[in-house]
Amino acid sequence: MKILCPIKRVVDPYAKVRPLSDGSGLDIGAVKFDVNPFDEIAVEEAVRMKEKDPTVTITAVSIGGPEVEEQLRKALAMGADEAMLIENALPLDSSVVAAELAHFAKGYDLVLMGKQSTDDDNGQAAQMLAAKLNWPQATFASSVSIVDGIATVTRETDTGEETLVLPLPAVITTDLRLNEPRYIALPGIIKARTKPLSKVPRATDAGPKSRVVRMDSPPPRPAGRKVARVDELIAGLKERGVL
Amino acid sequence: MPRLLLVAFAPADNAALGGFAEAIGLEGTLIAFEGEVPPADAAADALKKEADGFTHIAAVSSMQSKDVMARLAGLLDAAMVTDAIKVVSPTQFVRPMVAGSVLATVETMHEPVVITFRPASFPKVEKNGDKALKVLETTTSRTSKSGGAKGSRPDLTQAKRIVSGGRPLKDAATFEKIIGGLADKLGGAVGATRAAVDSGIAANELQVGQTGKIVAPDLYIAAGISGSTQHMAGIKDSKVIVAINTDPDAPIFEFADFGLVADLFTAVPELTEKV
Ligand SMILES: Cc1cc2nc3c(=O)[nH]c(=O)nc-3n(C[C@H](O)[C@H](O)[C@H](O)COP(=O)(O)OP(=O)(O)OC[C@H]3O[C@@H](n4cnc5c(N)ncnc54)[C@H](O)[C@@H]3O)c2cc1C
Repeated sequence: MKILCPIKRVVDPYAKVRPLSDGSGLDIGAVKFDVNPFDEIAVEEAVRMKEKDPTVTITAVSIGGPEVEEQLRKALAMGADEAMLIENALPLDSSVVAAELAHFAKGYDLVLMGKQSTDDDNGQAAQMLAAKLNWPQATFASSVSIVDGIATVTRETDTGEETLVLPLPAVITTDLRLNEPRYIALPGIIKARTKPLSKVPRATDAGPKSRVVRMDSPPPRPAGRKVARVDELIAGLKERGVL
Repeated sequence: MPRLLLVAFAPADNAALGGFAEAIGLEGTLIAFEGEVPPADAAADALKKEADGFTHIAAVSSMQSKDVMARLAGLLDAAMVTDAIKVVSPTQFVRPMVAGSVLATVETMHEPVVITFRPASFPKVEKNGDKALKVLETTTSRTSKSGGAKGSRPDLTQAKRIVSGGRPLKDAATFEKIIGGLADKLGGAVGATRAAVDSGIAANELQVGQTGKIVAPDLYIAAGISGSTQHMAGIKDSKVIVAINTDPDAPIFEFADFGLVADLFTAVPELTEKV
């Protein structure tokens, strides 16, 4: 089974970020970058499949500039077999990402990727990709098992969980509960340096269908107050008309 | 000529869709799924057949609509805006990103545009469905489904009052007794942090935040919740936020309208008794 894991370089999800004062973009400052946490969960899941079945091969893929190599190396260190960087310096949106991935996903049995990126918070690319490939999809997976080319996926829903059964090839997106990604020990990172990382040009000339034209800070909440006792809290809530 | 298609995944969506139509200034044709919505591949295929000639296709944000509408956008080669909170014009929308740290103005440069929007940010305007959509064929089969009828508690995304608990709640029984007890007394819903869900204290559909549910009640009571950016992203639209936390320096106090530095195991039961 051939698995493709698209990964995205995002600002550290635990860092505090804000827009530049002129609204032209994000004030990244000294913020670090990492693999989108949901994509990391996807790579982890693929590696666990490979550990159970050595015939599994994993390709990590990303679209971007040379800086993205750092994140692809991390995926290799986690256990991906090879990495592919689709070189791009042009503006992207989810539709372009999906168009590119649709080209490179041909021949794979499974695309396993994050349900959303923690920077854009869009949650679009995987479903668009599945549509373009005309493959079935299972989003928000909390458990995945694949037997004889059939995936059984338990996915989180608005009201609980459901289990879907879908034939491969398919696109599956990961939710937080799927697994806890491994810590990468030094030998893995060293070994990863010798694993193949290829650079390929873009396959399509698709342009973005949307773009961010401004970024603003959300309006601050008016300052609240501390209360000393439960009775004072109840009085305050009554005053505000919510009790 | 702009034309708006409104997609209702549940009857409760209708009024929110009416409000969105008003905000974008288009009349809108409303189609509603009849019965159970099928898995995304079949649902999106069915919607594609209905989407011909429409420039804007909108649905209320939910996990289900994200699943289906993004696939529809792929099928239609559409532009997509997720979680819109404001319509600036039919080609410009405001949406939060980076866990709500940024409000981005997104311009679409292509038609059609598929939009999901947060219902709390738009007025409710009653609207009747124009067409019911029933889907029978699917390639993906659904073999089990849980949740849905969760007792008498209101749906988190609609609730006027919410009581949420975090990591210190220990186990599911304690969580249910302390957090559920106050929620029931208030006639409200129960929410949780990722930490509480991950450790099995609360069910996954109760997770509130950047990657869980976005809520907008009149009253949000957070007990034993530190106030991570990811959690706050889901509760910013609450009218009044109450924080109960033993740590006076917990970040949640920066956002809370009322902060009570106290042990939740005594403060919450006392609150339950007195309200
Ligand atoms: C990709 C990603 C997505 C995420 N998405 C979400 C999301 O959607 N929603 C979400 O909630 N989190 C999310 N998180 C996790 C988030 O970063 C925090 O880890 C989480 O919100 C913390 O939960 P908590 O407040 O329950 O736990 P903690 O941060 O551990 O806080 C517990 C608090 O309880 C207080 N406390 C302890 N004992 C008591 C007591 N007896 N009485 C009163 N107070 C007490 C402590 O002082 C502390 O402030 C996400 C993280 C990542 C990386």
